[in-house]
Amino acid sequence: MRLETREWRLKSAMGPIVAILGLVIVLGLLQAAGLAFWQGLVVNLGIFLILVLSLNLSNGFTGVFSLGHIGFMALGAYGSAILTLPLREKQEYLPNLPAWLAGAHFDFRLGSFPLGFLIATMIAAILVSLVALLVGLVLMRLSGHFVAVATLGFLVIVRVLLFNADNLTRGSRTFSNVTPYTNLWWVWGWAVLTIYMVWRIKQSSYGRAMFAQREDRWAAQSIGIDVLSPRLLAFVVSAFFTAVAGSLYAHFITSFSPTVFYFDLTFKVITMLVVGGMGSVSGSIVGTVLVVGLAEVLRRLEDPSQLYGMSGIILAVLFILIIIFRRDGLLGQREIALDRLFMKGGGSAVE
Amino acid sequence: MNLVFYVIQQFVNALSIGSLYALMAVGLAMVFSILRLINFAHGDLIMVAAYFAAFALLGKLPLVVTIVLMLAGTVLVGLLMERVAYRPIRGAPDVSALLTSFAVGQILQNGTLLVTRFLQKPNPLAFPVIGALSGVFTFGSITVSRVNVVSLLLGIILLVLLSLFVTRTNLGLSMRAAAEDLPAAQLMGIDINRVIATAFAIGSGLAAVAGLLFAVQAGQLTPYMGFTPVLKAFIAAVIGGFGSIGGAIVGGYALGGLEVLLTAIPGIGDILPPGLVAPSVQAWLKHWLPSSLSSYRDAFVFVILILVLLFRPNGILGRREREEMG
Repeated sequence: MRLETREWRLKSAMGPIVAILGLVIVLGLLQAAGLAFWQGLVVNLGIFLILVLSLNLSNGFTGVFSLGHIGFMALGAYGSAILTLPLREKQEYLPNLPAWLAGAHFDFRLGSFPLGFLIATMIAAILVSLVALLVGLVLMRLSGHFVAVATLGFLVIVRVLLFNADNLTRGSRTFSNVTPYTNLWWVWGWAVLTIYMVWRIKQSSYGRAMFAQREDRWAAQSIGIDVLSPRLLAFVVSAFFTAVAGSLYAHFITSFSPTVFYFDLTFKVITMLVVGGMGSVSGSIVGTVLVVGLAEVLRRLEDPSQLYGMSGIILAVLFILIIIFRRDGLLGQREIALDRLFMKGGGSAVE
Repeated sequence: MNLVFYVIQQFVNALSIGSLYALMAVGLAMVFSILRLINFAHGDLIMVAAYFAAFALLGKLPLVVTIVLMLAGTVLVGLLMERVAYRPIRGAPDVSALLTSFAVGQILQNGTLLVTRFLQKPNPLAFPVIGALSGVFTFGSITVSRVNVVSLLLGIILLVLLSLFVTRTNLGLSMRAAAEDLPAAQLMGIDINRVIATAFAIGSGLAAVAGLLFAVQAGQLTPYMGFTPVLKAFIAAVIGGFGSIGGAIVGGYALGGLEVLLTAIPGIGDILPPGLVAPSVQAWLKHWLPSSLSSYRDAFVFVILILVLLFRPNGILGRREREEMG
């Protein structure tokens, strides 16, 4: 047992506080410098980070491998975008909305703060969590590759629905004119919250139950750990944050169609997760930064050389090499412990 | 009388789509039964085969040479992916293997994209017309497209040959032994690598045939065309009972029938000749089963997949061995 004195708490809070301050300074500098390209890249990085962390919570912690999360992202994106669309645009672009939706427009601000965006994101994310609860009640009973394929089925179902629900989503036509609320601060605010939540869940008894039933289902059950409820908790919470990422994406890119939310994106997020290590929060951060960075570098090499497809091949080869030679990813389940960073004799910072 | 022809036509459609699904599902099932690997890159073999055929035909090669090249090329790609990607991860957890197959698929898709560009061909690529497979057969007032009839016949012939191979030859017997219990088969002196390579080779060959027929029907190719077929083949294999060749065949035809039903039933109220059913029934059908419902077909198919996974995980023909669920 560690002794939780006041001094200890203060010291262990130092690491995260310094990290957040550092992040704020970097974002502030980036904002001040006004480098549009770098700002876009960092926003993208943040959105991917939220996606990877949520996927880690569900797939990494519980071992129940979902391939359907991008479906939650799509629902979050469309849901929040429909809610924030100003009335005039709504009448013009979505004339056939049901009455109760046609009147709702979460485009109001509190001073200069876009409160409506926050509320719309929350509403969409909560609705998506409810969907996840229903889907999870059915699918979390499966395991291994069966759950992977069943959740992939969910992704296909969402896609078919989005394509066909013309009145809500404009079907296969581009959904555009979304207000660009998303900026560095929104994305990284949500990202820090996601990191915190996923981290806390990992440390909690729920988190330990998730890992326990992942390692050995029968042993976990025999000491009274339920299998279904930790899986469901992970699935629902992760769907919530995935939907938030969808909302952030929608209000960043401002026009999109159902084709975006499909298998390519799913595979990208899975690559980041597997490279970093399933089960490690810091691993997700490392994996996301590495893969987003590498993909960007490769893309820039691809453009002048006209070798389109080369970057996809290199990333896929990298992915296979990781699975062959370092199956648990770069960090496995280990964490880079921020709270030990400023402690004397705190041992290694990698736990 | 029109209704009878309509039903016959739909029946032929169902059998021909079913044949394609069965041809693909068999490859998935063979590999799965031995390695417990869901090889999602199987769909990309279909795509690769279609591209081989298209390039050969665009190079003005005769049909027979095209088919031989396509078969050889696809089987080679199939063997290569087993050797390079799947052999090193043999024995890895299910999910790692599944993810590897996604990565292999990405490599094949992006590789095809590169080659298309290198050969300066457009993307999507229009599939050249094959005289022998285009046009329709007419029997009285029934017209059936030629490619459907060829799919149906070819599917049945190949699947019968496959069954003979699996039941009557030594290699087929080894394959079944390996599917039953891989370590035990190895202890009995069966060369596992040879058996696995054979499974991949046969699966790739059948996928190549399906790919050619698909390409003829679709008319155009993209590097991503394999995704939906492999999902369908997987559903077919699951419905029939995953891991058994017979199950894959039954599942393929069952899925073909199901899809045709799901396409044909919506809008049935508009087709039924007046007087066949009571007007109130016809009105009910028109209202509740509008033809627009058929665009939801794939969603219904996946709902059925999820139901099968939940309530009958071993499929129609599956063995009574319970999969690890829960």
